[in-house]
Amino acid sequence: MTEKVILAGLGGQGMMLLGRLIAQAVMLEGKNVTFFPSYGTEVRGGTAYYHLIVSQEEIFSPVIEEADTLIMMNLPSYLKFKGFLKPNSSLFLNSSMIDKIDAPENIDIFRIPATEIANDLGNVVASNMVMLGAYNAVKKLISIPTFLSCLQKVLQGKKAPFFKVNKLAVERGIDFINLSKG
Amino acid sequence: MSINKNQKFLLTGNEASAEAAIQAGCRFYYGYPITPQNEIMTHMALRMPEVGGTFIQVESELAAIYMVYGSAAAGGRTMTSSSSPGISLKQEGISYLAGSELPCVIINMQRGGPGLGDISPAQSDYFQAVKGGGHGDYHTIVLAPSSVQEAADLVFDAFDLADCYRNPVMILGDAQLGQMMEPVVFCKKQKTDLSAKTWALTGARGRKRNIIKSFYPVKGELEVFNIKLQKKYHEIEAEEVRYEEIDTRNADIVIVAYGTSARICREVLKDAKKQSLKIGMIRPITLWPFPSHCIARVAERVQSILTVEMSAGQMVEDVRLAVNGKCPVHFYGRTGGGIPSPKEILHKINELIQVKEKVTCVTS
Repeated sequence: MTEKVILAGLGGQGMMLLGRLIAQAVMLEGKNVTFFPSYGTEVRGGTAYYHLIVSQEEIFSPVIEEADTLIMMNLPSYLKFKGFLKPNSSLFLNSSMIDKIDAPENIDIFRIPATEIANDLGNVVASNMVMLGAYNAVKKLISIPTFLSCLQKVLQGKKAPFFKVNKLAVERGIDFINLSKG
Repeated sequence: MSINKNQKFLLTGNEASAEAAIQAGCRFYYGYPITPQNEIMTHMALRMPEVGGTFIQVESELAAIYMVYGSAAAGGRTMTSSSSPGISLKQEGISYLAGSELPCVIINMQRGGPGLGDISPAQSDYFQAVKGGGHGDYHTIVLAPSSVQEAADLVFDAFDLADCYRNPVMILGDAQLGQMMEPVVFCKKQKTDLSAKTWALTGARGRKRNIIKSFYPVKGELEVFNIKLQKKYHEIEAEEVRYEEIDTRNADIVIVAYGTSARICREVLKDAKKQSLKIGMIRPITLWPFPSHCIARVAERVQSILTVEMSAGQMVEDVRLAVNGKCPVHFYGRTGGGIPSPKEILHKINELIQVKEKVTCVTS
């Protein structure tokens, strides 16, 4: 089993944190993982992107050439990374910020209004957690309790009150996929 | 940060290198910021006060390397780090450290050059690292990690090697290794059987004074000193060569690559197997001393050797010297921050095989 994920969004949409938390959770579950962030000139408002590889086997190159999954938070991100899709890749789009795309064939597309869902919960910043819930409901990469415990470790002190809304956002993401299936 | 043995951490290569230095007993760190290695400084700034060490963000790279000189002369485990342009600035100091036989560790997380270049990964400081960089007949021991775990492990070894031979040790990483996060365990320990630093400047009360210098103005003395240095370098060449050899036994083509390039080439080996190609690899872990003997031995029986680097071709010169004409040596490289993809390298291998087949057809 190898899963190659590219996460991308506006700087500030929480893709760095999300990728790191997934990486931490799979590490605790005993899998191999590499997480290669973009660095340097990315700023709030620019496109920030991350290569995450999870595998039972040893991982060699941490740079992704063909992705199993794209998690795209806004349109510029999707346009930048659509070339990394291959047949049967999964594409998770934040449909609140990406409305129309020329969808390639043979791709499983999941449109999640993550920004709207997070906004309804009262914290727009939690849109990354909505996407995680939706992604994991489809791909079953991590155990949610492990992921939440990693999240709780990050949200300590002054940030502790934000755990609740983030947890809720993960659950809403899961529900969104499960309800759209049914 | 509290460290339990066998506890796994998800860290960047930069953070892992810095933490390993702390674990290895480094208590003096001097640095000047430069991307892509700033996480080393950040981690040192955080951790040094916790362990009673010294962290100074200095005014320039020159100040950093000469503060290293001072702390090393006083017997402390000392480190500095930078990236390519910053390491260029430190070269005079590195020559002085080698000339004064002072142990220290210098990390270079290479970025694209020449000049200010960019902040992308590169391996174009190989010549600078292994052929001197500064002036005079000297060598630094050069270690090249290819994973975050190895980056941590080699920092422990770097401090031990530095103390053992009284010589500067350079860790030659790159931006990708520095920025990438992987699980890492800090399981190594500082060597305990190293001899005491009786040469250090610790105050001469009750003993003969020690002198640390690299200046030998009396005619003849400098040559005597250089002969002594060369003897030490020969000893290091005999004792400290390290490399990883993968699938070379039945290989038709053997790749030679280090660091990030080697990691990418491991992917190539996996893909080549699927195409029933017999490809092996030699990964130098010490770039100086260079694993020439291993490469020479493999060159006797393979069709050709392919050197892969993120440079215009630097290590390939040492590979050619080692091969000494016994088989063709080819090169594939990307420059200026370009990272070779496994596909590109495999394409190059297939080209080499086709050329060989064509030649065979013409001759038969």
